[in-house]
Amino acid sequence: MPTREEIFQKVKTVLMEALAVDEDEVRPEATLVGDLGAESIDFLDIAFRLEKAFDIKIPRGELFPEDILTNDKYVQDGKLTPAGLEELRRRMPYTNLDQFAKNPAVQEFANFLTVEDICRFVERKLAAAQAAGTV
Amino acid sequence: MRWCWIDRFIEFEAGRSAKAVKVISLAEDYVHDYLPGYPLVPRCFVIEGLAQTAGLLVSQQFDFRLNVILAKIPRIVFFHEAFPGDVLTYVARAEFIRRDGALTSTQCLRGEELLAEGQIFFAIFEAGQQMPLFRRADFLHQLRMLRLFEVGRGPDGTPLPLPAELTEPV
Repeated sequence: MPTREEIFQKVKTVLMEALAVDEDEVRPEATLVGDLGAESIDFLDIAFRLEKAFDIKIPRGELFPEDILTNDKYVQDGKLTPAGLEELRRRMPYTNLDQFAKNPAVQEFANFLTVEDICRFVERKLAAAQAAGTV
Repeated sequence: MRWCWIDRFIEFEAGRSAKAVKVISLAEDYVHDYLPGYPLVPRCFVIEGLAQTAGLLVSQQFDFRLNVILAKIPRIVFFHEAFPGDVLTYVARAEFIRRDGALTSTQCLRGEELLAEGQIFFAIFEAGQQMPLFRRADFLHQLRMLRLFEVGRGPDGTPLPLPAELTEPV
């Protein structure tokens, strides 16, 4: 299992390549959309590159839960319902959603995902893979 | 006008890599339009050639059934310009090809000289039933003009078969 620093360094390389950003821009607290300029298609690219860098599998929608954000069951008037928020928390335990929960407008969601969240996501995936004996 | 920015494939290894050539002629209008009096190939058309080479490499993996769309260019660097008289070789290598997206690494060469290199990312969609991007017969004809099936080889080295999807009667 790589250390947190090793994970961060690899995540940094992935984000530098996928988003064409400079090394010093990829800080743990930087948001992917707001600070690093990621667009929706970038999340697909980032997910693929993370899979390759860490030898993990990331099913579609796991890194960026677009299926929840576009589901009428969970969205009303452009905002996530309490049930939607609950589902989001269940699916994204690596992200702190407290700030987003205050005004859960769907279009704001991407602004809350940070580099640190991606590192935690990878860490959990690696731990799960290790527990399953696949790494 | 046909939106052909490669002339023909010279190598095509299914799922792995492809090479196509593009011959630049002074007779082509676009070389005169970008900088009047100084004919050259605008870089966007080099990128288009790289994207067509790489895009068909990706598309073949789905028997040319799906729409493979240039979604983004994470990185591209140009070292030299291309001019009339040049024979450009576009090289594409698949980094990964998945059902919803593909990343390719590409190079543009003039002989041994590297003119440009970068990555191209494609999004992949189910072809629209109502408004297909191409008529199947036209698309098949275009692939044949590019000689893709003359040089195309599968992973085991055998010639690529014509895709059934494109040869079936409509």
